[in-house]
Amino acid sequence: MEYCAPGTLAEACAALGAASGTVKVMAGGTDLLPRFAAGTPRPALVIDIKKVPEAREIRQLSDGGFVIGSACSGNQISAQTALVASWPGLTEAMDLIGSVQIQGRASLGGNLCNASPAADSVPALIAARARCRIAGSNSERELPVEDVIVSPGRTCLRQDEFIVSFSLPSRPLRSADAYLRMTPRTEMDIAIAGAAVNLTLDEHGVIQECHVVLGAVGPIPVYALAAARILLGTSLEDEVRQRFKRQVSVMCRPISDKRGSAEYRTDVTAVLAERAALVAYSRAMA
Amino acid sequence: MNEEPTQYADVAELNSGKLLSGSVVGTRPVRPDGIDKVTGKARFGADVQLPGTLTGVVFRSPHAHARLLKINVSAALALPGVKAIITSDDLPLITEELAMDKGQPPDFRDLSANILAREKVLYEGHAIAAIAAIDEMTAQQALSLIEVDYAVLPHVIDLQQAMEPDAPLLNEHNITKGIKPVPKKPSNIASRYEQVHGDVAAGFAEAEIIIVEEFTTQPVHQAYIEPHACLAQVAPSGKTDIWCSSQGQFMVQAYCARLLQMPLCDIRVIPMEIGGGFGGKTTVYLEPLAVLLSQKTGCPVSMEMTRAEVFKATGPTSGSYMSIKIGARNDGTIVAVEGVLCYQAGAFPGSPVRLGCMTAFAPYNIPNVKLIGYDVLVNRPKSAAYRAPGAPMASFAAESLIDMLAQKLKMDPIALRMLNAADNGTQTAYGVNFKNIGYRQTLEAARNHPHYSAPLGPHQGRGIASGFWFNIGGHSSAAIRINDDGSVLVSTGNPDIGGSRASMAMMAADILGLAYEQIQVEIVDTSSIAPSDLTGGSRVTFAVGMAVSQAASAIVEDLRRRAALLWLVDQDQVTWSAGFALLMNATTPKRFSLAELAQHSADTGGPITAEITINAQGAGPGFATHICDVELDPETGGVKVLRYTAIQDVGKAIHPAYVEGQMQGGAVQGIGWALNEAYLYDENGRLLNPGFLDYRIPVASDVPMIDTVLVEVPNPRHPFGVKGVGEVPIIPPLGAVANAVARAAGTRLFDLPMSPPAIHKALKRAARRRRQ
Repeated sequence: MEYCAPGTLAEACAALGAASGTVKVMAGGTDLLPRFAAGTPRPALVIDIKKVPEAREIRQLSDGGFVIGSACSGNQISAQTALVASWPGLTEAMDLIGSVQIQGRASLGGNLCNASPAADSVPALIAARARCRIAGSNSERELPVEDVIVSPGRTCLRQDEFIVSFSLPSRPLRSADAYLRMTPRTEMDIAIAGAAVNLTLDEHGVIQECHVVLGAVGPIPVYALAAARILLGTSLEDEVRQRFKRQVSVMCRPISDKRGSAEYRTDVTAVLAERAALVAYSRAMA
Repeated sequence: MNEEPTQYADVAELNSGKLLSGSVVGTRPVRPDGIDKVTGKARFGADVQLPGTLTGVVFRSPHAHARLLKINVSAALALPGVKAIITSDDLPLITEELAMDKGQPPDFRDLSANILAREKVLYEGHAIAAIAAIDEMTAQQALSLIEVDYAVLPHVIDLQQAMEPDAPLLNEHNITKGIKPVPKKPSNIASRYEQVHGDVAAGFAEAEIIIVEEFTTQPVHQAYIEPHACLAQVAPSGKTDIWCSSQGQFMVQAYCARLLQMPLCDIRVIPMEIGGGFGGKTTVYLEPLAVLLSQKTGCPVSMEMTRAEVFKATGPTSGSYMSIKIGARNDGTIVAVEGVLCYQAGAFPGSPVRLGCMTAFAPYNIPNVKLIGYDVLVNRPKSAAYRAPGAPMASFAAESLIDMLAQKLKMDPIALRMLNAADNGTQTAYGVNFKNIGYRQTLEAARNHPHYSAPLGPHQGRGIASGFWFNIGGHSSAAIRINDDGSVLVSTGNPDIGGSRASMAMMAADILGLAYEQIQVEIVDTSSIAPSDLTGGSRVTFAVGMAVSQAASAIVEDLRRRAALLWLVDQDQVTWSAGFALLMNATTPKRFSLAELAQHSADTGGPITAEITINAQGAGPGFATHICDVELDPETGGVKVLRYTAIQDVGKAIHPAYVEGQMQGGAVQGIGWALNEAYLYDENGRLLNPGFLDYRIPVASDVPMIDTVLVEVPNPRHPFGVKGVGEVPIIPPLGAVANAVARAAGTRLFDLPMSPPAIHKALKRAARRRRQ
């Protein structure tokens, strides 16, 4: 297994283009390296993108939007107070991953490309309408995050591509997001179910825009459009929340596995989605 | 010289039956191994390196149950860099006469078949062959070249299914022991144990309230952080050195000698630091294989398990199924208990079900008790000791029933326990009469603790549970040497898994009248001290501490004799105080410091040393009462332990901080057992969660700071009053958490673990029942 750590975006792209055998792009390595230890066959080449400047910077755009490098660690993200203030849900989702030690390495890009149905940051990224900047050996493209994962463990990225950064749109007034997950342990665990909600309210507290994404209840994160529509034009009244929960349950397609039964996941996802909506709502009002 | 010796132990009292006290015992000095451990310098089982060391790895069964038809190692052996491969053919056959030592477990035929399978593999991960190669990569490659033909057999993972008459048989020759007449047909039930006290039929006839329930618990792993690891080197002469992390270097020596049919004196075991054991390192897995591989290759061989191997191939404690009936009068007096306890032994006989029967109701004075235990074979790794083996699961059932009794009778759960509490003189159901016990005092301390009267919020519940453990003594050795500069070396033969080096030094310091810092403690190899039973049974501070105390007092006697020689007086005129020999009744009082006596040792008989070996008797039983508050999330089944107080009679806390640490650690392990830990198998009997991600022991943020209360009812059979403390703390948590959850949820769970999905399901079921 060869290892390289290009210092520029161009070098990273060139390395990808020149590679002949299997290649793995690595950011923090918190999913990749344990897999090697567990006996998964090693690729011919590992390209470490932590030295690519575009993959490591977080910046706020003049319109209030953000660009977050795909290899930025959880710690780096949590330290950005403006980002945390604008996107409390996305940043708390990232912060839930692993432990203190893992937070020093784990990245948004790695969490997305690992393509686990239970990834914590992905529902929040999708609810945030985040887009990815994807660099290839001789091209660049941009995709919404929800288009990246095609099935568990698989993304739409070509062998010669990697995600450089994510862009988050500018925030209207009275916008906020929230992410909640269920794990048997308080940390160092994998979500049995997760729900991200991103809301924008008008001056009367009526929901103008709403995105709901469910995690760990389908092969890929579920963008719950029909559930989000129930919340539009409401202020999360009791009856609305009951309808919302029922719709969320309908949209869950979980499997039963060692982490929880399908029935439990469905029940809990509805609870988490309702609570995330309430948290996002109160944050947006604040 | 006019120091008053009162703050030091009075050696003259050591053998007079009076308890010693001193200025060191009861304080909280830093442990001697602390700095090395926190700076990463301490050396554990995998940290020994010798030139030319080969890497040993184990080939393991992918099947839960299969007959071994053919093992072909030729392709693996032909791989360049592979130096040797062993299978069970390389292990000596053990005859029936040599199977057991004085009729006591382990059965070395089973142990031999566990470390390398013969004829059949009995669980996924069962060792079939071991390879020594020049490096890890070569060894791993060789693993893939071993070819085994299996005839896969039906398997049984579930305890109750294993007891069915048509269950797949692990051992076609297993006839249940302890049943008369002897069964004609083989089964998976290895043995039956019966414990009868009084007359249960008469007892239940007196009962005004009877509760019968069934309970289940899952096997749980000790989850020590250090995987099993060792290095073995066999010299051309046959002399064998083993460096390893275990709970007893003499155990490793004896087991290897027995399994490999070698003389004991050919094997020296050098104990390394141990990264947790909790009972799981009281047997051998890798050491005999490393010795065989070293014999074959002439090179040192190091072996280390992965975490997955630890989960798949080393012993957890047993899972259980228990059906128990309890009867009481309306005033709360418990009159009878009757029940059946079935424990999973794993692939070979030997679950701790007998200990479960003995301990379950031991905190209570119940006149009529009949408990029957079954030891059941299943296609899982052989169970191993885990902290108070057999007691926590039985206590979970017992303490749940007592809590139900309290709820039905509308009695305070502590008052109900007080009413039925065992006292001095109470005869236990297993026969022993209690002496100098402090159970009632733990209940009083619980009742008076502010935790017990703190208000509870919505969805919160408080659980109480008690627990009992025997604690043991046993063969123990200790040696003390006074160096020429007056520094003191205490040597013992017991690995330090709970801070025992500190407590040994503290007891020696008080008897010698020295400061803690003047005493150094070493855990030495099997050639350097007399044999000592392994570190287990909560025995070291009690039994080895007794040996250390006796060695220290022998040193004091010797020092008085030497001072008398130098002063040309009778030894009776010399007293020992605060580290000095004193001659008070001379015209001018004289004194020698320990260092001065050490300098003059050539004139008084040579180097100053004492070695003591004892078979320590008089271990004091341990009792604990725990209080647990939980809060449930009624919509997700999530459970949070809000507050936890562990109260225990510890006899005398030599080093209170380490005693508290034992109580906290035991409580946390018990909380994990109660809430989340479980082995998950697929339909082929393969383990789905052989790692800490999905085998969920608690992490720090899962538990509150565990509050502790030390109750000290001294044990008069120990010089300082010590009772064992390490095991009792894991017994009450299962019941305490279950009782707290039952009260918070308004419905009771009878099956562990009470994971969020299980609680969610129970809450839904209870809500449905309420609606009907």
